[in-house]
Amino acid sequence: MRSNLGFFSDEKFRSIFFQTLVVGLFALGLFFVISTTSYNLEKRNIATGWSFLQNPAGFDISFSPFLEFKSTDTHLKVYFVGVLNTLLVSITGCIAATILGFILGIVRLSSNWLLSRLVYIYVEFSRNVPLLLQIILWYSILIQLPRVKQSLQVLDVFYISNRGLYSPRPIFESGFSYVSIAIVLALISSFLINRWAKKRQDKTGQQFPVFSSSIGLIFIVPLILFFILGSPLSFEHPELKGFNFKGGLVIRPEFIAMFLALSIYTAAFISEIVRAGIMSVSKGQREASAAIGLKQTWIMRLIIIPQALRVIVPPLTSQYLNLTKNSSLGIAVGYADLVHGFGGISLNQTGQAIECMAIVMATYLSISLTISFFMNIYNRSIQFKEK
Amino acid sequence: MIVGDFKLNKSIIGINLLICYREAIFEKRYLNNYLNGENNMKKLLSIFAVVAFAFSAHAGTLDDVKNRGFLKCGVTTGLAGFAAPDDSGEWAGLDADMCRAVAVAVFGDRSKVEFITTTGKSRFPTLASGEVDMLARNTTWTISRDVNLGFEFVGVNFYDGQGFMVPSALGVSSATELDGATVCIQTGTTTELNLADFFRLNGISYEALPIETNDEGKENLFAGRCDVYTTDASGLSSTRAAASNPDKWVVLPEIISKEPLGPLVRHGDHQWGDVVRWSLNAMIIAEELGITSENVDAQMSSNVPEVLRLLGVEGNYGEMLELSNDWAYQIIKQIGNYSESYEANVGPDTPLEIARGLNALWTQGGILYAPPFR
Repeated sequence: MRSNLGFFSDEKFRSIFFQTLVVGLFALGLFFVISTTSYNLEKRNIATGWSFLQNPAGFDISFSPFLEFKSTDTHLKVYFVGVLNTLLVSITGCIAATILGFILGIVRLSSNWLLSRLVYIYVEFSRNVPLLLQIILWYSILIQLPRVKQSLQVLDVFYISNRGLYSPRPIFESGFSYVSIAIVLALISSFLINRWAKKRQDKTGQQFPVFSSSIGLIFIVPLILFFILGSPLSFEHPELKGFNFKGGLVIRPEFIAMFLALSIYTAAFISEIVRAGIMSVSKGQREASAAIGLKQTWIMRLIIIPQALRVIVPPLTSQYLNLTKNSSLGIAVGYADLVHGFGGISLNQTGQAIECMAIVMATYLSISLTISFFMNIYNRSIQFKEK
Repeated sequence: MIVGDFKLNKSIIGINLLICYREAIFEKRYLNNYLNGENNMKKLLSIFAVVAFAFSAHAGTLDDVKNRGFLKCGVTTGLAGFAAPDDSGEWAGLDADMCRAVAVAVFGDRSKVEFITTTGKSRFPTLASGEVDMLARNTTWTISRDVNLGFEFVGVNFYDGQGFMVPSALGVSSATELDGATVCIQTGTTTELNLADFFRLNGISYEALPIETNDEGKENLFAGRCDVYTTDASGLSSTRAAASNPDKWVVLPEIISKEPLGPLVRHGDHQWGDVVRWSLNAMIIAEELGITSENVDAQMSSNVPEVLRLLGVEGNYGEMLELSNDWAYQIIKQIGNYSESYEANVGPDTPLEIARGLNALWTQGGILYAPPFR
C-alpha cells in the first residue's frame, strides 16, 4: 500500500506539493490575464499610461462643495472632487446611521409593544429591500417636490424645491476668528475639566457639574464675545434670479436621496447589532446595578453600554465599510461621487478604462482600510483591560 | 499562419491553447481540429487544464457572424426614429435599419440580427469586448474615438448637431439666454464636452445635471428638475415627439456642434469594416441611382452599368467582400435605399419631423455622398 502511493503518502510532501501547485496555477493565471490584456490593448491601439490624468477634463461637475471645478481642470481634479463627494456622503451617512441605529436598537428592546413592533417593521422593511431601489425611491420622491419657481418657503429663509434645499449662507466677517478661537479653547478646557473632575471623583468621591459647565464654556462664552465684537456674522440669502436661486447654501436632491437611503438602510442593520450587543450583557448585571441603587439612565450608560460595545464594535465596522462601498450606487441618481465622476465620465471620455478602474478600486480599498484601522484602535480601547 | 487577435471568451478552453497563443504561432487547421473535438488528445488535455480564464483564438468578425448565424448589433436603449421597439415590439429606426442592412448583406435575411441595447457609457466597452459585432448607436465620429479608443467609423448615416430643448413657457428664444440654467446632459458623450465649451465661450454659467439615458433626461426635464435638455438635435426631436404635449416644448435655433453619427466596428478587422461600410454606401448609392425597394426588380434589366454592378448582375463585388453577389440587391429589396429608410423613420412625415437638410444627397443640397461603386 505504502509503496504504491510512494511519496504521496508523506504528509509534509503532500502539503508542500499542493500548496506549490495552487500558488503556481494562480501565478500562471495571473500572468495570462495580464499578458493577454496588455497584448490586446496594444493590438487594438488602445493607449495606456497615466498621462491622461493631466489632460483637461472638458466637462463640468456641478456638485463640488469643497473644490471649485471648471471644465478646464484636469482629470486628476475630477478624481479629487469624486473622492471628497464620496467621503462626504459616507461620513455623514455613517454618523446618521450610527445615531439612528443606536436609538432604534434600544427602542426595539423597549417594553412598549407598539414602539418595538414599529421598529421591527422598519428594520425588516429597510434591510430586505434592495438599496438601489431605496435610493431611486427617495430620488423619485424628491424630484416630485414643487418646481423651483413654486418653491416652498419655510421660516422665510429656507426654500424647498426639486432642485434642492436652499438656506442662507453664513458670511464670516473680520473679528469672527476670535469667536472661533474662543470655541476651540472652550472645547479644550472642557476636555481638561472632564479629566480633572474624573480624577477628583476617583480620589475623593466628590462630583463636579462637568456637563453644565462645559455647555457654559462652549456656548455662552463665545456668544458673549460674539456680541461684544459687534456680531461679526451676516447671512447671504438665496434669491430666485432667472432660472435658479442664486447665493445661499444648497443641498441637492441627489445628495439628500443618497444620504437618506444609505443611512436608513444601514441604520436597520446597526439597530440589530446594537440590540444583539445589549442582549449579550447578562441580566444579572442589570439586576446587580439596580440593587446598588443606580438610576436607569446610569445603568444603561455606565454598566450596559460599555459591555455591549465589545460585541457591537466589530460588526459595526463592517457596516461602516458597507455604507462607504454602497455609496458607489450614487451613479443611479447622478450623485457626483468617485465612481460617477472619475470612474464613469473620465473613464468614458478618455477611454482609459483599466487605469481609471484601478485607481477607483485602490481608493475604495484605502478608504476601507483606513476605517478599519481606526475602528480597530477604538475596538482595542474598549476591550477588557486585563491586569 | 499567425493568428493575432485574441479575446476573452466565456467558454473554458485548455491551457495548451494559451501556450500556443504565447508563441502566437499556430496552424488554423490545428485550431479547428481542436475546437471541433477531432483531436481527442488535445481535448483530454483541456479537461485537465484548471485555469478558469480562457482565451479563444479570434478569427475575423465576418466568419464569427456567419458561424453564429446572426448579427449582434449594439443600439440605443430606445430613441424613437433611430432605434426603438415599435408597436409590434420590432426594433425600428434609422440605426436599426443599418443593423438590418448588414444582416441582409451577410445572410440575405433582415431578421438575422440580435439588437443589444447600450448606454452612452457602455457602448464602447461592449463593442471592444466583442459583445457586439458593430455599433449603430447615433455615435459621433471623433478623432479620439477613432484613434485612441481603437475603433473604426465606417461612414456617417446621419449628420447631426447638438441643440437645446426648453419648455416653451420659459420664453427663451436663444441658447445664449440660458445663464444660470440647470442643464440635463447625458454623461460620456461628446455633447457633454460641447456643452462646457459653449457656455465657457459665451461666458455664461450653468449647472449640469448628469443623466445616463435619454429616458432619464426626459423624466428630469418633464419634472422640472432641469430647465434645459441638450443632446443631438435629432434626439431632441425624438424626445419632443414622445412628450404628452409636444407643443409645450421648443427646440432652440442654435446648433452648437458637428455631430456626424455613424456605425462603427473594432479597429483592425478591415474585412468586417468593409462589409459594414459598403452596406451603408449601397443604400446611399441606391438613392443616387434611383433604385428603391419597389423598382429594384425592374432595375435588374437596367442599362446603367453602375446599377448592374450594384445589383450584382455585372462584376463580382459580392465575392470580393466574401458575401453573396446579390447582397446589395437584397439590402435594397428588404430594407430600401437611404431615402426610404430616412422618410420612414425620421423624415417630415414621421412624428420627428426632421427635414433632410444636411442629410440630403450632395446633388440635392446636402452632403450625403458615397464613393463610386466600381
